[in-house]
Amino acid sequence: MTAEPLALFEVRSSLDHCVKCTVCESACPVAAVTGLFPGPKTVGPQAERFRAGDRSPDLSVDYCSGCGICSRVCPQGVRIAEINSRARAQLKRDRGIPIRDQLLARPGVMGRAGRPVAPLFNWALANPLVRLLGERTIGVHRKAPVPRAAARSFSYWASRRRPYRAERRVVYFHGCSTQHFEPEVGKKVVAVLEHNGFQVLIPKQDCCGLPLQSNGIFEAARRYVKRLASQLSVPGSEGLPVIASSTSCGLMLKREALEILGVEDGQLVDISQRTYDLFEFLLELHERGELSTDFFPVPLTVAYHAPCQQQNQLIGKPALELLRLVPGLRLVEMDRLCCGIAGTYGTKREKYDIAMRVGDPLFADIKDASPDVVACDSETCRWQITKATGISAVHPLEILYRAYGGS
Amino acid sequence: MVVIGAGLAGLTAGIRLAQEGLDVAMFATGHGALPLAPAVVDVLGYVPHRVQNPWVELPAFVAKRSQHPYARLSMGALAASVDWFKDIAAPLGYAGSLERNQLLPTALGGLRPTVLVPETMVAGELSGGGDVLIVGISGYRDFYPSLVAQNLSASSPAADCRITARAVEVALAGDPRDLRPQLLSRRLEEPQVRADLARSIRAELRAETAVGLPAVLGLERSHEVWSDLEQWIGRPVFEIPTIPPSLPGQRLQALLIQVFRRFGGRLQIGNAVVAGHGGDGHLESVTVAQASREVSVSAGHFVLATGGVGTAGIVVDRAGTPREAVLGLPVSFGGLSGEVGREYFGTHPLDRMGVAVDARLRPTGGESGHLFANLHAAGATLAGAEPWKEKSGDGISLATGFAAAAAILEDRA
Repeated sequence: MTAEPLALFEVRSSLDHCVKCTVCESACPVAAVTGLFPGPKTVGPQAERFRAGDRSPDLSVDYCSGCGICSRVCPQGVRIAEINSRARAQLKRDRGIPIRDQLLARPGVMGRAGRPVAPLFNWALANPLVRLLGERTIGVHRKAPVPRAAARSFSYWASRRRPYRAERRVVYFHGCSTQHFEPEVGKKVVAVLEHNGFQVLIPKQDCCGLPLQSNGIFEAARRYVKRLASQLSVPGSEGLPVIASSTSCGLMLKREALEILGVEDGQLVDISQRTYDLFEFLLELHERGELSTDFFPVPLTVAYHAPCQQQNQLIGKPALELLRLVPGLRLVEMDRLCCGIAGTYGTKREKYDIAMRVGDPLFADIKDASPDVVACDSETCRWQITKATGISAVHPLEILYRAYGGS
Repeated sequence: MVVIGAGLAGLTAGIRLAQEGLDVAMFATGHGALPLAPAVVDVLGYVPHRVQNPWVELPAFVAKRSQHPYARLSMGALAASVDWFKDIAAPLGYAGSLERNQLLPTALGGLRPTVLVPETMVAGELSGGGDVLIVGISGYRDFYPSLVAQNLSASSPAADCRITARAVEVALAGDPRDLRPQLLSRRLEEPQVRADLARSIRAELRAETAVGLPAVLGLERSHEVWSDLEQWIGRPVFEIPTIPPSLPGQRLQALLIQVFRRFGGRLQIGNAVVAGHGGDGHLESVTVAQASREVSVSAGHFVLATGGVGTAGIVVDRAGTPREAVLGLPVSFGGLSGEVGREYFGTHPLDRMGVAVDARLRPTGGESGHLFANLHAAGATLAGAEPWKEKSGDGISLATGFAAAAAILEDRA
């Protein structure tokens, strides 16, 4: 028997610090809207003591969305969300992982399958009859937000351009969403980094394994994240900052692969310590006086929502601070924790209504602010917000790109 | 400015500094005790007899306790902090004064002497006695109406006053299994749900002059929920604090965070501060833990408001030695060898454990005066109090948070 990885031991043993104060239960957005989830303390530090061996004593942990708010608010530092993620995965393995979750866990498969037939693929996913069929057969809710496949991948674009060369270099971790669904975001990230004098290395890269992890498919997730760490460690990139424009995938590299999957891999540890959220990196540049602030006015009202997995990086709200520098911009900070989608959670038939109820207060605040556009760092949250409010949600980088004169 | 801790003391200090236009960053490992607290403001309840007028009794109380946090403050500073709080927390309708303790029912039907009370609890003031109906809600398992009613009926608010309390339980429509306070409060924000509740309560009502309910009357719309119930039941309605979690505490926390942000304060919850760096009596920076790195944050002034043992502001190692968790400040502590009292609120050596401070709330290192000229401490971190006996915890957090900010503002002037 191999020893339990130290990171996992530390996560699990943190439950001994739980004093049952219920702070996590007071903050949990899911327990506030459904009786199906009794709260993070109940399914976590309490139930964990009965999870000897493989079997979970309760099924309710499956309704945890994995937003991570419980771990963030715990005054004792108990790793509630991480404990519950592992318990949820075990439960799913015990009961068998449905085809739907196998599919949702592999965005790259959908992206690659959709690309050659993008118009047809996008038409089908927007067609109510197809969606109803999808809900009845595999259980993806007919109203759940789904991305549109791009006709050309981001890496196709990247491979065909002449790279800008500079002394200062960064590695760009673009993630699956940029690759398959929103290549425009990646192009603008590269433009903004180059505008600030960085050469952007874009290694060939695959999925970080986060959707696999959150759907309980741990073995594959471990393989994926180790492969990614190796792909991002291209020769000559030692010690360079790794810039992530997807916050949840960035958090996967920074922390989750180590503390939920228990991956013990030198290359991953190295990458995790030099991974930066895009705006975290840009704000640090600004604090050192190295960010170009030759901004044009952007006469827009923007509602900014900081997504859970960005907040779980514990870096504050760097996008908000940087966008405050843009002249003409009316920036409204949304003071809500979660939009409900939590990656693939809110797309599932049995969880769609819960996710929408979790997001309702945010959607109402956004509508009250009647912004021209919503800015949010996480792709699945953007899709959820756009779908729920009818107001277009973009990566905050798009606003910054406009401020630099892009269109 | 860096404030460490986001409970009542930290938020008070943070808001005060931000109100004056200063750039304030607040870091906290997690939420403080606010989401668990009844959200009334206790200032001084027992000395050990029950205090009727804290303003009159405080000078004598402090005179006997030179190490108490209140002994570091002037009466004027305490009064200013209470006035300031009433103003800041006005949206929750806080009422009361330092010159009179109100007596409010607790989760177990005791009477709690307290100074400031949110509007949803005001009608539960029973210092003059009363005839009240205590209503439980089926499926909400953490509230015991008969226990509350029996204990209230057996209590004596004053020599010539009596409380008559009767308990009933009513059911909401729908599945009553295991209704938890978060869920219940959200459901009561739906007008139809509370209309049904009001109807059920009216049907049970006899001659009672007020109706007590567990404090689950909404989160964001508590004013609407409470005032609708009063109107539809036709009697004054009051919330009774519950065992944790506490909706009134969450309302107050949300309000204070909102005010802090409105004044430009930056709040990061989930970031443990793990060390401090400085020399020559000056704290330069603190080390803040993030998801995969630690970063150094510099500031001109620091407020330490991490709480006591309950929120891990002070930790005790296996050998029984306490230490302040963030900066490793010395903790004033009697040692574990002392006599442990036999009665429930008997003396215990851990009782007054905490960080000792000077008259400007700067942590001291024994004989040598303050440790850092620009570090101030506030709230449950401080040594010298027994808040559970004295019923003084909220007052200490509020007044010392306020005074720590005042000391910093003075230093800058």
